[in-house]
Order: sequence, then structure tokens, then C-alpha cells
Amino acid sequence: MAQVSLQNIRKVYPNGYEAVVPTSFDIKDGEFVVLVGPSGCGKSTLLRMVAGLEDISEGVLSIGDRNVNHVDPADRDIAMVFQNYALYPHMTVRKNIGYGLKNRKIAASEIEAKVQVAAKMLNLTDFLERKPSQLSGGQRQRVAMGRAVVRDPALFLFDEPLSNLDAKLRHQMRIEIKALQRRLGVTSIYVTHDQVEAMTMADRIIVLNAGRIEQIGTPAEIYHRPASTFVASFMGAPPMNLLKADCSEKRVILKGNVAVTANAADGPIVLGIRPEDIEVGEACDIPFTVDIVEELGAHRLLHGQLDGQDLTIHVGKDVAVSAGPIRISINPDAVVLFDAETGLAL
Amino acid sequence: MKRAGFATRWLPILLLLPQLAIIALFFYWPAAHAVQSSFYLEDPFGFGSSFVGFDNYTHLAGNSEYGRIAQFTLLFTVLVTFFSLALALLLAVKADNVIRGAKMYRTLLMWVYAVAPPVAGFIGLLMFNQNWGPLAELAKSFGWDFKLGVNFGDTATAMVLVSVWKQVPVNFIFFLSGLQSIPKSVREAALIDARSSFRRFWDVTFPLLAPTGFFLLIINITYALFDTFGVVDVLVKGEPGNNPMTLVYKVYVDGFRGNDIGGSSAQSVILMVLVLALTIFQFRLVERRIHYT
Ligand SMILES: Nc1ncnc2c1ncn2[C@@H]1O[C@H](COP(=O)(O)OP(=O)(O)OP(=O)(O)O)[C@@H](O)[C@H]1O
Ligand SMILES: [Mg+2]
Repeated sequence: MAQVSLQNIRKVYPNGYEAVVPTSFDIKDGEFVVLVGPSGCGKSTLLRMVAGLEDISEGVLSIGDRNVNHVDPADRDIAMVFQNYALYPHMTVRKNIGYGLKNRKIAASEIEAKVQVAAKMLNLTDFLERKPSQLSGGQRQRVAMGRAVVRDPALFLFDEPLSNLDAKLRHQMRIEIKALQRRLGVTSIYVTHDQVEAMTMADRIIVLNAGRIEQIGTPAEIYHRPASTFVASFMGAPPMNLLKADCSEKRVILKGNVAVTANAADGPIVLGIRPEDIEVGEACDIPFTVDIVEELGAHRLLHGQLDGQDLTIHVGKDVAVSAGPIRISINPDAVVLFDAETGLAL
Repeated sequence: MKRAGFATRWLPILLLLPQLAIIALFFYWPAAHAVQSSFYLEDPFGFGSSFVGFDNYTHLAGNSEYGRIAQFTLLFTVLVTFFSLALALLLAVKADNVIRGAKMYRTLLMWVYAVAPPVAGFIGLLMFNQNWGPLAELAKSFGWDFKLGVNFGDTATAMVLVSVWKQVPVNFIFFLSGLQSIPKSVREAALIDARSSFRRFWDVTFPLLAPTGFFLLIINITYALFDTFGVVDVLVKGEPGNNPMTLVYKVYVDGFRGNDIGGSSAQSVILMVLVLALTIFQFRLVERRIHYT
């Protein structure tokens, strides 16, 4: 268990490609941090630099109070769970889990005891004699987890550990991993491109885009106060509505109505509003035409256009709506305004 | 797997015919002939032959020279197989570490493979030339007076060295592709689990190479037993005398030099059975080829 600190960490691959621009952040002891971003944004690169599998081009990485820039992966006191699990195919589950301990000069009896505890924790006791090829995807995933927890490391690293599982299993493992991490209190960095995983598991989320940090914050901050249009449109399903609007005399005008007052300069502006922060009702001020109703059981999504721009509205299952004209209003407290040029929140 | 079919039954047979004819002409027919003549005593001057039953075989069993050559062949096969596998594995592991240079290594090492065995033997002959061969010079500098073709041990050493040199590239290619087919993440997991590269190699890399290794083992045994004929032939220069030779070479010496067609045929039948056994073993192995994952 330890805090982790990255100071101006940069990665330039030998071919000259800069996968991570100088990046700094700190992770508190026991914190669960999720790195999220689209494919190719440098999440794995960052994680692998922390693991020591990839050289750090520039910057200082410390785990605990130790600078580990030039420390071998085996000596960093980390454990990693890989996307394809990376189990040793020729070893039984027992040996897979115990291999890291065996190489750390721990007595065989102690290894056996630890393996038993880990296996019990992960419901693997019945499979200890099997080879990975004789296990289901979910069981392999557990073995990969077992290999990590048995070591009791200072830091867990996860690189999309659930992306090879089906949706139901993914949901279940998400909760189990989170619970396990809580129980063990091990500092963790978790990479995913699934924003639902990020929202549900993280203590803090780091949103990456093109090798650069877009925002660091709690799931609620990231969701409700996105720092840029990128974060706004990446997080949330469906994502935040982004509407081009005009600001004049501190008022943002949307389809002839004053949507919100803002302390911004006159000119074009982007108004962000989550689908669930739009209200539907007779007394509302903005006329809107619903083109498509998406029935999702617990709620409905209404799609249509406002001022020629796509807009999605989230309504509860009790609000009966069908395609056609309705009236809506935008909750001004929930509006986030972005600079039309830079995309940064104002 | 989906089978591709032919429209008529005759077309595939027609297409196979040239190959079948070649096999029949150059393999089945001589093989049958060898089995037949192994039961006859042939007159050295070609004046007929007489049926002698298993005499040729029993004669071999009691022949101490044949026993000695069999022993040498065994030793030769073990040495050639071991060193060509070990050396190739070492080179492959090194080449695998420098992924950038791997292509160049591969090409350079593959050149040796393109050398025909007799030519390899001839190169060996030059390298070990008693008067000016660089390898003989090298041996001399260590106080080893290398006498190729005269001293039994020296000739045997040269035979092993040249045969190993010739076989390393094939093994190298197989080992290298075996190494490169080990998932990157498995190696990385090992990197986190074990500090020592020695342990990582023996605990993870080597076991995962085992299927390739078994396969190559058979290939190399077959090579050392049979395909080294050209090397042996050039190095002993057709003068068996006191020189070491392998069982295959003995077949040739007895049959074509000694004109003992019956005895030589019996020897080749024995070797044929050996190849058959190895081949069956190999097929079994390939069938049960250890498939992880
Ligand atoms: N060895 C390499 N050499 C050069 N460029 C690389 C190398 N490895 C990765 N990259 C590039 O670096 C960028 C970041 O890669 P990285 O694997 O970190 O992405 P990622 O965020 O993990 O994506 P994904 O979600 O698809 O796994 C990509 O554009 C990739 O093409
Ligand atoms: Mg990745």
C-alpha cells in the first residue's frame, strides 16, 4: 500500500511518436484511480510505464517514497492484471497464483497457505489443479486476479481486465474487483475505455485524450462538471448534449429563449446539458419536436432536433411521450458552458 | 474443417500420378529390392546369387565392427542433436531479444541452410586442412595437432562440428518462431513475477517452447542418422580405414566398395525399420502435439 506520484511523465516511442505528453498526478494511499479515454489515447502506455514494462522517456515516477524510474518490474512491488489475463498456459492454477511468491523466496508452506486464502477469496478452490485452458473466461479472469492479490503488493495495475468478458459477467466482476480492492485497501490504477466501468469503480477518474489529461476528478465531478466538450461527450451514455448557442449581454440565447445567464463574453458559445436535466411538460418554455422515442423499460430517451442540432432527452418511465411536438425546459443549474473555440469549460 | 472436393474421381488420381510414380520408382521399388536381396548372398562378380535366409542379419549381429559403428553412430547422433539444438536455442533467444536485428540474423543464418551437405563437408575439409585450415590452425594454437582423415578422434570431431554447423539454421528458425509465438503479455507477466532472467527462461519460456523442441528433436535425430551422409563422405574421402563412419555410410561402403550387396541390403533394411519407428513416433507426437490455451 502506497501513494504513487507521477511528475512530468512523458513517453516517446522509438519511432518518434509521443504517446504521452508530460503528465503529472498523485494517487493517494488506497485510492482506486481509473484511467479512461478512447482507444489509442495512451492509457496502456501510461500504465505500462508505471509497471516498468515500458521505459519512461522523461519525468519522475515514485511508488511509496521510492523513485522507481530504473527499478525492474519485479522489484517495484506491483501486481498487474492483463487484458488477456496472461496466465502461464503450462502451469496449474495453483502454480500460476504461487509463481510470483516462489520467486520471492517465500517458504513453500507459506505460499500454499497464501494460495489457499486467495483461491478461497476468488472461489477458485475447486480449480487449483486445472490448467488455464480448462477454465472458462471468467475463471481465468479470477486466476489473474488471484495472481495479483496473493502477492499483497503496494499497487495493483489493471489493463482492461474485463473487456474479454460478456456483459453480465463484466458487471459482476466489476463489483467483485471493487469490493476486493476496498477490503484489501491496495492502491490501484485501472485502465478502461468503458466509461460505465470508470464511473462505477473509481474513487477518482482521469480522462485522457491523445496522450494528455483532459480532467481529473471524482465520478460526480467528471459527470456533472466536465472540464471540456471532450469529457462531456465521452462520459455518459447517452453523452451530454452539446448545443451551439449565442451569448449576448450575459445571456445565452437558445431558439429565441434565454436558457441561462452567464458571465461570458458576447459571441458563440457551446451549451452542455445532460439528457436527464431537461424537463418535459406543458408549462415549459421551449417548443421541441420528438422524432424518435427509445423505450428502455426503466426510462425513455427522446431524440429530436433543436435549432437544427441533435438533442436527447431522458425521461422517467412514468412520463408518457410519443413522437410529435412537446414543450421542454432546460434546468439552468445543470448547464455547463464551453468556449466555442477551445472546447474548455468556462 | 471444410473439405474441398473434386468434380471427378479421376482428376485427383491423375494429379497425384507423377508424384506416386516417382515414389514408386525411387522408393518402393528399391526398398522392395533391398528387402529381397537382404536374404541372398550375391556373388561379388555378378555371377548369380543364392538364398541364405537370415544369414546376413545374424552375421551383422555377431559382427563387432558393425557394433562399433552402431555405437559411434549413437554417440554422433546424440552429440549432433544436442549441440545443434542447444546452439540454435541460444542464438534464437539472443536474436529474439534484439527484435530489430532478428531479420538480419535470420537471413545470415539461413544462408548456411542453403549449403548442400557435401559442400558443407568440403568447406569443413578446407577449414580443417592440416597445413593451412584456419580451424586446424586454431586447434594447433591450443596445442592440439589436428589430423583430419588420419586420427579417428579428430575426424569424428570435425564430422560433428560440420554437421552441427549445417543443422543450426533450421533449428534456429523454428526456435525463433516458437519464441515469437509466446504471447508478449505472458512474458511481461513473468517479468513482474520473477526478477531473474534465468528463472524466467527455465520456468516460462522453455516449457512453452517444448512442443517446438520435441518436434525438432525428431527432425534432428533423423538428420544426424541419415542426412549427414554427404558430410561423412567428404570428410572420410571414401577411405574408411581407421576413420569414423555412421551406419548409413557403412551401407554404402559395404555395398558399393565391398560389393557385399546382401549384407549392405540387410543393413539398409535395419535402418529402414529405424526410420519407420521414428516416423511413427513423430506422427504420434504431432497428433498429440501439446496445445496449450
Ligand atoms: N511500441 C510502440 N511504438 C510506437 N507507437 C506505439 C507503440 N505502442 C503504442 N503506440 C502508440 O501509442 C499510442 C497509445 O497506445 P496505447 O496502447 O497506450 O493506447 P490505449 O489508450 O491503451 O488504447 P486501447 O484502448 O486501444 O488499448 C497509440 O497511438 C499507439 O499507436
Ligand atoms: Mg490499451
